[in-house]
Amino acid sequence: MTTETAPATAPAPPSDERVRKVGALSRLLVRPEVGAIAGTALIWLFFAIVAWDNNFASWVTTAAIINRAAPLGILAIAVALLMIGGEFDLSIGSIVGFAGMTIMILVFPTEGGGFGWSLWPAILVALVFAMAIGLFNGWLVIATKLPSFIITLGTLFVFRGLTIAVTRLMTNRTQLGGADEVSGFGLADTLFASEIKVFGASFRISIIWWIGLTALATWILLRTKQGNWIFGSGGDANAARNQGVPVSRTKIALFMTTAFAGFLVAMIQVVQFTGADTLRGRQQEFFAIIAVVIGGTLLTGGYGSAIGAFFGALIFAMVQQGIIITGVDGDWFQVFVGGILIIAVIFNNFVRAKAAQR
Amino acid sequence: MSGNGTPLLEIKNVSKFFGSVIAIQDVSAFVRAGEVTCLLGDNGAGKSTLIKVLAGVHKPTEGEYFFDGQPMNFSSPRDALDHGVATVYQDLAMIPLMAVWRNFFLGAEPTKGWGPFKRYDVDFAKETSISELGKMGIDIRDPDQTVGTLSGGERQSVAIARAVYFGAKVLILDEPTAALGVKQAGVVLKYILQARNRGIGVIFITHNPHHAYPVADHFVILRRGTVYGDYTKEELPLEQLVQMMAGGADLEVLQHELEAASREGEEGADVLAETAKKIGSELEELGE
Repeated sequence: MTTETAPATAPAPPSDERVRKVGALSRLLVRPEVGAIAGTALIWLFFAIVAWDNNFASWVTTAAIINRAAPLGILAIAVALLMIGGEFDLSIGSIVGFAGMTIMILVFPTEGGGFGWSLWPAILVALVFAMAIGLFNGWLVIATKLPSFIITLGTLFVFRGLTIAVTRLMTNRTQLGGADEVSGFGLADTLFASEIKVFGASFRISIIWWIGLTALATWILLRTKQGNWIFGSGGDANAARNQGVPVSRTKIALFMTTAFAGFLVAMIQVVQFTGADTLRGRQQEFFAIIAVVIGGTLLTGGYGSAIGAFFGALIFAMVQQGIIITGVDGDWFQVFVGGILIIAVIFNNFVRAKAAQR
Repeated sequence: MSGNGTPLLEIKNVSKFFGSVIAIQDVSAFVRAGEVTCLLGDNGAGKSTLIKVLAGVHKPTEGEYFFDGQPMNFSSPRDALDHGVATVYQDLAMIPLMAVWRNFFLGAEPTKGWGPFKRYDVDFAKETSISELGKMGIDIRDPDQTVGTLSGGERQSVAIARAVYFGAKVLILDEPTAALGVKQAGVVLKYILQARNRGIGVIFITHNPHHAYPVADHFVILRRGTVYGDYTKEELPLEQLVQMMAGGADLEVLQHELEAASREGEEGADVLAETAKKIGSELEELGE
């Protein structure tokens, strides 16, 4: 047959004249986190100039910003993974409240309506509860095929409500304190709430957890097959399934990851504030999503990065701290954050369109 | 190359009913290693159902399925794939926002290291995807390019190269040239020949006789759910194939009208287009 050509001897097709060399800058622009990194620098510069007299550009303010960013950042990293996998978790804030209260009810003295446990067994139980909630969220989303937005909006209210109702039923309060008097607190304090002095400013150890989780999440996303599955599941679940990706398993694992992040933040805050509040973690689900979106992750899934979420959380905290320090009424904070969110989404859409045409 | 050897994949007298609907009836077809069998049919001829039966999505209501000479009953598309029957669907199973190398190995990622340090062997994946695509004659400049930036023909070609790399013995292609321009379709046809030359049995589904004819060794023509004709290439000139596809009588009408239209000089083009449209819709109705 005349049409046959041996693959090895086939001449290399001439390079397409329509392909142009793409500059380093526009190559860089298609990385999801680039916008957030640039945004971090811009917003820092903005506040450094506007609030120069208020000492914005100082170690103390820097520590305050990063300390504020860390718990949100821990949530945002997990939410970023889940969103890249194509799902939402609105229940993460209520998991923070639920897990924190679980710990406190278990360690609270029996005369106060608690169980009088020592701290570490209580932490373990809270971990198991949180993972069960994550499993439940994931299973429900997979089994019902309903949007995770709806499912986790439901579980957000269920677990917030349970936290408040059960706490009040058992202890007749909504805030429980005294974690520092429980055995096992010393080690937990060192691990989750100690502070490190650098240049006269106190940096909390939760920053290390935040950075460590960002590194771990980035490694998983970019350098493991599970990371490939996350991108695939979020990009096109059907196509991924056709290729043999265990999409359901991947998504359930991601819901358990966000639940774990909620538990970790709950534990850090229990130790740091030596107690828990039934309303702890309220609105964090939205703040985490905002941080993730500012970080360049697509709401529709399949594209994004953990490093972007890291900087998204940093921007969030920077704006918060900047508004406090400039003495502007805190009411303006929401206006500012909402504006940044919308700008970030417009910018991300533009970048994605560029990425698709590159 | 044709005419000898046992078929790699063969169906005998296969029927598939959905309730009272007869989707395909009494269909027999086969493909040998290193051959292209072309399944031709207009809309509604039963092509989609037949693909799904071949791919393991549907179980045939009646009839037999042989793979490598053995009677076979695939439980799922995954099962079929594990045996070496790979299907490339029109929607491709490619993820536009993911890089070419990530897509190439999606679901079958190579790893290195052990325990907690087990990781995606990125270098191997990038190198292999470039070299495998190179073997098919596809020049990917940058493996980090997202699939969304590839043209339709390139995407089809990547999907074919991937199936070949992962050990497909039989490659089922569902209308791979349907949405493509002339040149792009030519590129895909070239890759079909490449796959065939590597000893793979290719089942090429199309409704376009002009795409089918240059690559196929064997034609099975479907009409209204049954086999209307089964020919080797030697037995069947292109003109006859085109005629059979459309249905002879309709085509004669079309030809006369086209000739009449072309005689009318300048305005001929408009009339031609109109007539073609009319005939096209008539043919569609016929097919259904």
